Amino acid sequence: MENAGLLTIIVSAILVNNFVLSRFLGICPFLGMSKKVETAAGMGMAVVFVMTMAGIFTWFANKYLLVRFHMEYLQIVMYILIIAALVQFVEVVLKKMLPSLYSALGIFLPLITTNCAVLGVALLNDQYNFGLLKTIVHSAAVAVGFTLAIVLFASIREKLEANDVPKAFQGFPIALIIASLLSFAFLGFTGMV
Amino acid sequence: MRLSILTRGLIKDNPTLVQLVGMCPVLAITTTLENGIGMGLAVVVVLALSNLLVSLSRSFTPERIRIPIFVVIIATFVTIVGLVIEAYVPSLHKSLGIFIPLIVVNCLILARAEAFAFSHGPIDSLLDGIGMGLGFTIALMIISAIREILGTGAIAFGGTVLFQLPIPQTISMILPPGAFLVLALVLAVKNAISNRKEEA
Repeated sequence: MENAGLLTIIVSAILVNNFVLSRFLGICPFLGMSKKVETAAGMGMAVVFVMTMAGIFTWFANKYLLVRFHMEYLQIVMYILIIAALVQFVEVVLKKMLPSLYSALGIFLPLITTNCAVLGVALLNDQYNFGLLKTIVHSAAVAVGFTLAIVLFASIREKLEANDVPKAFQGFPIALIIASLLSFAFLGFTGMV
Repeated sequence: MRLSILTRGLIKDNPTLVQLVGMCPVLAITTTLENGIGMGLAVVVVLALSNLLVSLSRSFTPERIRIPIFVVIIATFVTIVGLVIEAYVPSLHKSLGIFIPLIVVNCLILARAEAFAFSHGPIDSLLDGIGMGLGFTIALMIISAIREILGTGAIAFGGTVLFQLPIPQTISMILPPGAFLVLALVLAVKNAISNRKEEA
């Protein structure tokens, strides 16, 4: 991955190694916020925003603090604090500067702190040894992949409302079956990159 | 009374199958029974110790910044457990990969700190952590055993094959779609059982 081109990184993050459907990161918002396409798209936008920012900040923290002072063992604590602080900060700034965007993302922002996909992307960027540009591209592409998956999933779930589902399968089980079929579809991209 | 704190996480309030929290590792690392047990035990240790420390420090934890404090406590124990696994069971560390540091953001652990440990004594909190952690482990064992048997036709542990069944290997069961499918079916069976109980 370290020497992969930008296009490879993008295609791989969105389709081949889709965070939700093949890496299983960010399952909680994927299942919880996907009842309506509108909320799913809102969540997706918030994730794109926070994930890209988190990628950048954790990259700087890793390179100029952790690696420099040989404190790599503090990585988890550091990253999670950066993400939590970042979400708070983004919330305050958006409220002040871009109230319209804030009201669109509003309730989704705090939820993202506990979204394992954000911490996951930060850890992967480090594992892959990405430089700053690749970190930004990879983080954003992963978030776009998340948005794609959650919007697809939500649009199928909306249609499902009108269907007669067996009692035992109502709620989570049928949603997971849909996720499984989506995941099968995305499996088709394996080997593309 | 004390015993019920320990046991209710196992089946009645099982965090994975009943409360449906912390689903990422449930789907991601349940490709083999060995991984399932390893992940489960790592969560038991982190959950029990973080519950204990949250409970011990609750008298001087300011209410308003409790969540960041919980997160730092949890992250500390996850780091310790991660380093221990890396040192003593490197093969497990390799196969669980990124999901060891991601125990930090497992909502199960934060949920127990917030909903139980912050308002209960240290011994009760420790028991709650062990019980919930074991419930999580049980769920992981069920799902990973089903996936491993269907996917490879056998159960292997520590490099040796424990038993082998004469069934065709369905590779897709150990691939990502199989995770969603098996979890869906396990939850449906659980629903069917509890529906029948309600009717009776």
